[in-house]
Amino acid sequence: MGGQNAGKIPLEGHDFALWEKRVDALMVLCSSKGYFTVDGLRRVLEDMGEDSFETMTYYERWVAAINQNMVEAGAYSLHELGTKMAEITARAETYGEASGG
Amino acid sequence: MAETLHNWVRVRAMMPPGHVRTPSYLRGKRGQVERPLGPFHNPEQLAYRLKADQQPLYRVRFSMAEVWGKDAENPGDTLDAEIYAHWLEPCDAP
Amino acid sequence: MPHDHHDHSHEGLSPSGHPYRADNDGPLTYWQTMEIAMRELLIEKGITTAAQITARIEEMDRRSPADGAMVIARAWTDPEFKALLLRDGSAACKSMGFEPGVLRLIAVENTPDVHNVIVCTLCSCYPRNLLGLPPDWYKTRAYRSRVVKEPRKVLAEFGLILPDAVQVRVHDSTADMRYIVLPARPAGTEDLDQTALADLITRDSMIGVGVPSQPTAQPTAQKTVTKAAR
Repeated sequence: MGGQNAGKIPLEGHDFALWEKRVDALMVLCSSKGYFTVDGLRRVLEDMGEDSFETMTYYERWVAAINQNMVEAGAYSLHELGTKMAEITARAETYGEASGG
Repeated sequence: MAETLHNWVRVRAMMPPGHVRTPSYLRGKRGQVERPLGPFHNPEQLAYRLKADQQPLYRVRFSMAEVWGKDAENPGDTLDAEIYAHWLEPCDAP
Repeated sequence: MPHDHHDHSHEGLSPSGHPYRADNDGPLTYWQTMEIAMRELLIEKGITTAAQITARIEEMDRRSPADGAMVIARAWTDPEFKALLLRDGSAACKSMGFEPGVLRLIAVENTPDVHNVIVCTLCSCYPRNLLGLPPDWYKTRAYRSRVVKEPRKVLAEFGLILPDAVQVRVHDSTADMRYIVLPARPAGTEDLDQTALADLITRDSMIGVGVPSQPTAQPTAQKTVTKAAR
């Protein structure tokens, strides 16, 4: 990463969305509860490869990395996750409705 | 290995895959120990949920000339990074 | 600069009093679905609770660069505290009631000869417990890859031009340390108290892509009154 050519740094920021704040909260809570270390997060982020910077936003990469770590920690199974995700997708069409606010 | 303050060290030039925490741009570069930071659990093991050994960690200061050669923006500027002992070997001053 | 968090009766607003981005009403994305699923599973399994998550969000919302600014302002006015900050940043923050977290904080001092700037090239580590969440630009590939190679050009994009005689020191937080820059106190601030000084200290000056604001000039008459009142 360091020293690679890159363009201008985009200076405009964005307000955090609720789901992003929740991702952040889960990251802090689950790591403090011992499910993974920051090193585990970094490893998964690195393994996603450089392309993930183009195709995913910062918090999308982080929720993917947290989830991967939680699966590896045995917190829940891929089957449980898949079942739950399908149920949520069927629940509603917006984040607000699907997450209950 | 007993790196002490201001000792010259070189970052090993090896290039294993995986989570190693030593930035690629510093591999093979020489710097001086700015301060020892004490022992920390090896992130290469923590990253893979393995029991982690403790490794001494050092802040090492590199000149931009050393890191980037003729591409350095300003050769006298410096770059400090935290490097684990097993990535460092003693070397002579450049 | 600091926000007042007086009460939390914010209809449709986040605990920090800011409107959420409109994402709540956008089409549900795959990754948002993953977040909901993960959160609900963890709550169902008793690994966490909704209350814990909300509390954590509120805790992070309470952190802002204003906290870091208070630490810097104290260092500017209290030489013993400044020495402690430079020797053991975590202990210094704790002594002011700021919980630095388990990671070690290192403060690096700007002087007339040295300007420091912070980055994490490997991910985007940041002293969040002291400064709140990092700005978007800090997490970009562009900042992380360029500031270690051409820091002066990057600083110029932020509006900061440094003379050649000033050495730029870039700190890449590759391991478990977190960094904060102790910026130089601007001239003409001798009469300001810690609160007024803290108002000058910007987030960017504590990352190193900027310097503190200049104090606004005071009319001479006011200045005389202030001095007499002591």
